[in-house]
Amino acid sequence: MDDNKNKIRLENGIFIAVVLALGLLTDNTYYLQIMTFIGINTLLTLGLNMLMGYAGQISLGHAAFYGIGAYTTAILSTTYGFSPWTALCLSVGLAVAVAFVVGLPTLRLEGYYLGMGTLGFGMIITILFREWSSVTGGASGFVGIPVLEAGPVSFMSGRNYYFLVWGTVLIALLICRRILSSRMGRALRSIHDGEKAALAVGVNTHFLKLQIFMFSAALGAVAGFLYAHFVLFISPESFGFMVSVKMVTMVVIGGMASVWGALLGASLLTLLPEVLHGFAEYEMIIFGLILMVVMIFLPQGLTRGFLDMYQAARKKQ
Amino acid sequence: MEEIIQYLFSGITTGAIYAVIAVGLSMLYSSTELINFAHGEFVMVGAMGLVTLWVHLAWPLPLAIAGTIALGCALGLLFERFAIRTARSPQPIVLVIITVGASIFLRGLGMIAWGKDPFSVPPFSSHDSIEILGAALLPQSLWIVAAAVALAGGIHFFLKKSLTGKAMVACAVNKKAAWLTGIPSERMAVLAFAISTGCGAVAGIFIAPITMSSYDMGTILGLKGFCAAMIGGLGSLWGAFAGGILLGVLESLGAGLISSGLKDAIAFILLLLILYVRPGGLFSAKEAKRF
Repeated sequence: MDDNKNKIRLENGIFIAVVLALGLLTDNTYYLQIMTFIGINTLLTLGLNMLMGYAGQISLGHAAFYGIGAYTTAILSTTYGFSPWTALCLSVGLAVAVAFVVGLPTLRLEGYYLGMGTLGFGMIITILFREWSSVTGGASGFVGIPVLEAGPVSFMSGRNYYFLVWGTVLIALLICRRILSSRMGRALRSIHDGEKAALAVGVNTHFLKLQIFMFSAALGAVAGFLYAHFVLFISPESFGFMVSVKMVTMVVIGGMASVWGALLGASLLTLLPEVLHGFAEYEMIIFGLILMVVMIFLPQGLTRGFLDMYQAARKKQ
Repeated sequence: MEEIIQYLFSGITTGAIYAVIAVGLSMLYSSTELINFAHGEFVMVGAMGLVTLWVHLAWPLPLAIAGTIALGCALGLLFERFAIRTARSPQPIVLVIITVGASIFLRGLGMIAWGKDPFSVPPFSSHDSIEILGAALLPQSLWIVAAAVALAGGIHFFLKKSLTGKAMVACAVNKKAAWLTGIPSERMAVLAFAISTGCGAVAGIFIAPITMSSYDMGTILGLKGFCAAMIGGLGSLWGAFAGGILLGVLESLGAGLISSGLKDAIAFILLLLILYVRPGGLFSAKEAKRF
């Protein structure tokens, strides 16, 4: 047990060192911007990973919470002049409340039905963003979101924002770890392995799934908040069906049930379109192919897939 | 009153398209338990295939339709062979991501093959619209409804009367038992794939004259098709058909009488309501979940 603790400390230490090194050594604003997006996507993936990887529940509408976070903070801080930090609390609160109301009936569904239920919810939220144009700016988007400030520090520059986002990622990572090593984490894994068995030994599976759903909604809303104040302009497409799909893909490609897998998946899928930009015409084809090939040959995701290959190679020797 | 009849006409027209999409999805689900998220892209292939063969290459219409359906079936077979059957772990979530990947891939392929501009296709027969109770009915609507009924009826008789069809139903009910009685269940799954993607192409062919066709038209149509299939009862042929018509009519009435912004939301609101109240779908019997 002690060994495990040391391992986790070491991993966290390496993570902090890498984040600091990348942030301090990079001067190129474009790179900083991409790494900031990776951080935001990691937050999203971490939350969804808790739901999918550990509780075994698929959500095809998770971008809705991302959007709720972004739109709430945008509307409150721009239209109504709230301080962004108050808006953050309110948007997380709203996302959690919506997750509760939606999750209560939806999480009773299973498999494809749960997938379709969450998909429907996600679509309704996107349509709401697009059609309620007097409040959300409609299809043309919402402009004029204020830059974040904390006392004398302005989060205008790329580097400050980078550290803000990755600091948040670190906190989220620690919370996820905490949840997973607790009684709740063990109960979650039991749902994943066999919901009926978990129910039989006294785990309140429905309530637990609901809690995790609300937690991942909260992380999504935080990510949405960070996104809105970073790009300063939001539109419904940023929170549509394809974004939900991309989030699921990040979780699955990186490797489910692994916090580092979430980081890997988010990094790869954020970088990929940037790298493929040179092949603009072929971007979609390549993206689709990579998705298919990884899922066909490494259904456990890259982290687990490579680990398995490594172990198999070592056994052979 | 005239307005309402007009809404009904246009609702039944789009509803018939949704019905064809839903029948294809439901057919595949009942025999392979797979939800194909790339189904909408086969609708796109159908519409764009017709654009190329009929409008650009000036093939005669029946030949162009046959060619386009063949293209849809062939793509479906390739997809089954190279993506679905090679998958190492056929869990639902893995298969969902594979079909999502395929949908992005096909959309990209469509963009390169046909470019980003939308195309329009003339109606199949150029008669004037028919006036019924003060509302105009386009001949294309009749084509669409006739095609949908013929397709669903054809599949129905295929499944109920032909030996191959009966074998498919047997596979859908219990794959192992069907295999034990000597039915090549793998081949049945392949056949289901071809029929399903062919249905997608048919939907695309018949929708092309009433809307603009472009490489990205498939996603929303595919999603509406799911909603229709779920509303009627996933895995039930006539349930999916009725779900499609119902969805089309409600969408048209909702958009006309309440607000046009609501149009796209109606499908998903209905979907959620159905899932909460009656997850098996409106027309499903309790026991018989398939066909």
